[in-house]
Amino acid sequence: MLVKLAAIFFSMILVNNYVLVKFYGICPFLGVSKKLDSAVGMSGAVIFVMFMATAVTFPIQIFILDPAELGYLQTIVFILVIAVLVQFIEIFLKKYVVALYNSLGVYLPLITTNCCVLAVTILVVGDYGADVKALGFGAAYLEALICAIGAGCGFMLAMVMFSGVRKRVEACDPPAPFKGLPITLIAAAITSLSFMGFGGIVENLFNVTL
Amino acid sequence: MNIVSAVILCTIVGAVGAIVLVAAAKFMAVEEDPRIEEVANCLAGANCGGCGYAGCSDYAKAVVMDGVPCDKCAPGGPKAAAAIAKIMGGEASVVEKKAVVQCQGSSEHCKPAYDYKGIQSCAAAAALYGGPKSCTFACIGLGDCTKVCKFDAIHIVDGVAKVDKDKCTGCGACANICPKQVIMIDAAGPRKPVVMCSNKDKGAVANKLCTTSCIACGMCERTCKFDAIHVVDGVARIDYDKCKGCGMCAQKCPKHIILFPLKDDPNPPKPVVKPAAPAAAPAAKPEAKAEAKPETKAE
Repeated sequence: MLVKLAAIFFSMILVNNYVLVKFYGICPFLGVSKKLDSAVGMSGAVIFVMFMATAVTFPIQIFILDPAELGYLQTIVFILVIAVLVQFIEIFLKKYVVALYNSLGVYLPLITTNCCVLAVTILVVGDYGADVKALGFGAAYLEALICAIGAGCGFMLAMVMFSGVRKRVEACDPPAPFKGLPITLIAAAITSLSFMGFGGIVENLFNVTL
Repeated sequence: MNIVSAVILCTIVGAVGAIVLVAAAKFMAVEEDPRIEEVANCLAGANCGGCGYAGCSDYAKAVVMDGVPCDKCAPGGPKAAAAIAKIMGGEASVVEKKAVVQCQGSSEHCKPAYDYKGIQSCAAAAALYGGPKSCTFACIGLGDCTKVCKFDAIHIVDGVAKVDKDKCTGCGACANICPKQVIMIDAAGPRKPVVMCSNKDKGAVANKLCTTSCIACGMCERTCKFDAIHVVDGVARIDYDKCKGCGMCAQKCPKHIILFPLKDDPNPPKPVVKPAAPAAAPAAKPEAKAEAKPETKAE
């Protein structure tokens, strides 16, 4: 079990990286990766929100939507729930956990309806929803949560790496038509290509089939 | 049947969410500067991060709390900047800043000292005997400021840089690049006068070099009731903390070089700008006013 959880965690970071392999969350990836500290802050908020959102939506899917045969309402219900959850967390942190709010707070509204947060909740249901019957709810829930945290950490890895890449890109002097966003997009594409090299590494490393 | 249960489920989820948020907003409210939200509402709301902050609300916070310039929202454009400036208007530190060129030595007023044929850049020209104009403090007029301005707000007109105050954002790029440092970033606003000369020479010398120069006569200093204008280093300088914008110095200046360059033309304070502007040209030749008039017309 532990090996499988570790495999899930690392495969979410390296093989199925949400930003660089699955291309979710490109907007914050390009928008907030200018400075290292805002990249880290944003990623911290994403990890937090992905975890909380999955923790709430996974039971909703299993206990409400599936028994009522309303699986097709998944997207709209998840969006609603995530939006409410993030807003609530923001208000809660502002009042009671000011230190955390100061480091994460400004990023929370940005990821309210971020595609990678919605993606992780929906894909997790697809990947581990079937495990509920095979392993029981507890084990499937744990897998889903580990998967969500892994996805967040993968996001952080991509953001931090890319803010470093970007610093170098900004220091160089590309031809005029490539200045600004074009060269940034090319750099992002090359960074993403490098992640293709991780394909299959986790299965062989942990000797499990995911 | 299916539709009904779907609608009911969505309604319940939405209603529960709404109740939770309303309750949270009510019981966990934190007092905050209301201007932050007002400023955030003026922004484009795209959370694009183009301003260098983490999002619109983060930038709004920086504007209100740290006095960051209000023109950084690219999607919002000048409209958003103007709206924010309006909200922040009450605060002295964030009054709309404008560049003002403290020199009026156009080719008519200030004769060239030599014929400059070198690289067409102020920085290069300034290295040669302090510039090609007879007044070494004057605007060189080769347009380094025009090149550096991102807003197309400063242009060389008849050998002197002129600021288009509607386009100017007060970013200070021109003031930083000007080798003669005749561009001031005016934060005092349109109600305060500006001394439109930077010449630090003694009165007689300044008078010879340029017909629209500060001759350090001290008339403004004696006129001012608020101790706000002083001749320092041979040129009048205004202390904007003390200046009330009464315009008496502008009225009394014998060379008519104290003006209100940021004021909109239609409604100047009655006696100040209107007589000064037309008088400036004839006063250019103070020795013989009557003769000067036809002369300038003939030119």
